[in-house]
Amino acid sequence: MDMDFIELDGVEKVFDVRRKAGFLRRERHEVRAVDGISFRVPRGEMVGYIGPNGAGKSTTIKMLTGILTPSGGRLRVAGIDPSRERTKLAHRIGVVFGQRTTLWWDLPLRDSYRLMHRMYRIPDRRYRENLDRCVELLDLGELLDVPVRQLSLGQRMRGDIAAALLHDPEVLYLDEPTIGLDVVSKAKVRGFLRDLNAERSTTVLLTTHDLTDIEQLCKRVMVIDHGRLVYDGDLAGLHEVGESERMLVVDLERELPPIELASEPSARVVKVEGPRQWLAFPAAASAAPLVARIAADYPLVDLSLREPDIEAVIAKMYVSDSRL
Amino acid sequence: MAEVQAEKVAAAEPALRPEIAFGDRPRLVEGVRAYGLIVAMWLRSTLAYRASFVMTTLGNFAATALDFVAIMLMFTHVDALGGYALPEVALLYGASATAFGLSDLVMGSMDRLGRRVRDGTFDTLLVRPVPVLAQVAADRFALRRLGRITQGLLVLGYALVTLDIAWTPLKVLMLPLMVLSGAAIFGAVFVAGAAFQFFAQDAAEVQSSFTYGGTTLLQYPPSIFAKDLVRGVTFVVPLAFVSWLPALYVLGRDYPLGLPEWVAFMPPLVAGLCWVLAGLAWRAGLRAYRSTGS
Repeated sequence: MDMDFIELDGVEKVFDVRRKAGFLRRERHEVRAVDGISFRVPRGEMVGYIGPNGAGKSTTIKMLTGILTPSGGRLRVAGIDPSRERTKLAHRIGVVFGQRTTLWWDLPLRDSYRLMHRMYRIPDRRYRENLDRCVELLDLGELLDVPVRQLSLGQRMRGDIAAALLHDPEVLYLDEPTIGLDVVSKAKVRGFLRDLNAERSTTVLLTTHDLTDIEQLCKRVMVIDHGRLVYDGDLAGLHEVGESERMLVVDLERELPPIELASEPSARVVKVEGPRQWLAFPAAASAAPLVARIAADYPLVDLSLREPDIEAVIAKMYVSDSRL
Repeated sequence: MAEVQAEKVAAAEPALRPEIAFGDRPRLVEGVRAYGLIVAMWLRSTLAYRASFVMTTLGNFAATALDFVAIMLMFTHVDALGGYALPEVALLYGASATAFGLSDLVMGSMDRLGRRVRDGTFDTLLVRPVPVLAQVAADRFALRRLGRITQGLLVLGYALVTLDIAWTPLKVLMLPLMVLSGAAIFGAVFVAGAAFQFFAQDAAEVQSSFTYGGTTLLQYPPSIFAKDLVRGVTFVVPLAFVSWLPALYVLGRDYPLGLPEWVAFMPPLVAGLCWVLAGLAWRAGLRAYRSTGS
């Protein structure tokens, strides 16, 4: 079971959407939010689950937690059918929704945690250890007595992550855990998740819009679009099949003709605006030799690097062909 | 590598609790326990701000008290309402207000369900290992609602002191029976109303018309209402069993619609039936939610 800790076989979720088409008339049509997805996640793996808005990411997570009942296919988490034994499964999973809190809005974190303690029947010693650990690593010490509604987004997210871990879940689902967070908070959350996965071999499935999350956390990434799994592999492979490009923005001392580098044929200038030039190069390649070359050959003032976004990568996957 | 992995899992093992969930525990017990836990949390937080609690409870009491004052003022102009004197109306009023107050205290938060479904926070209740109904009912437990119960009990007390009744053991027994069954009937209406909010998220208003509206209706004697309305609240939404029928027994009055005397003892049965129906409605609502996600 450890190799197939999370199992999906041809899982489907079809919504029946009714639209107003007149005074009392409703038009019905089917939306296949998840359209036959199969994958396996072994225990202890950390997987990124990405895709554009409305691709079916959240719907999948909701089925994995037992919130939604699948319309078809077979789904097991730790050997449990989530939709049939939702409350049994709840003891073994932790869930963090980036967009909404599972904490009690008007109460201090401490009260929420105390309730979790009793609600999940966490043994006292275990609860104290887990709480202390989370408080230390997620920097929650000063926040414990502040009502949740007064916390910043980043603070609340850390509070939510702690809440999801107090009962030692074997799987942690994170739905957009870094959305809207500042750089410092993002780094803190990522570091914490990495340690959690390494030390406790907690299985982690996270959805995100931020490819950096995947880069820093997940060896494996699954891409979903229109309810179908269109990629399952490592991040470098995704960049390859998606032919995605990073962008180097270069500020030169003065206006110059587009940069040309014989040693870096894959880099090309896509835009020039006065002394500023944009160079696109394959995302899988390192930026270092390119930067070194430019610095050596051109009067360089400043530069910055832009990562490709998921939407662009996936869009390209479709444009290139449908080999997947 | 595999060994390291196995070691890690073994190290984490003591943390994994035995297969508890509540598969082996009765759902009801588990629900009541969860309800108690959540209510205790809200109580602690309410009592942390004692001054604020006292103020809101007094406010709640005053607002409901004025309600009965209005009826008393009315009686300064008339001697009877639909053939009922003030102490008799007070009995109807007190019984229905206390029953409603009790169920409002315990289940009053149910009408927030629609909002939770709409803003998506309902999902967060579904990932916790306790029954959802208990979580919804206990959410934001508001002790200030004691104000309404206090007012209801005071009016009930006033009625009992001023009424001239030949008390029998059955009539005495009828009082707690009436209030508790009444609270249970209102509770079932709260649950059914919440279940309806799974389908129509703005249905809290419909629910209010049965709960708040229902209690206002019951505060007046049935004789002042149209027959069809009385029929409706007897056979369709059986609110008449909350206070009218049992209170009329205590008062020794004729029943509306020519109902036999024994209907006065029906409230516990009616309450049980209402809960079965409300429970089924709740399950249907929850199932629909989990298949549509909205």
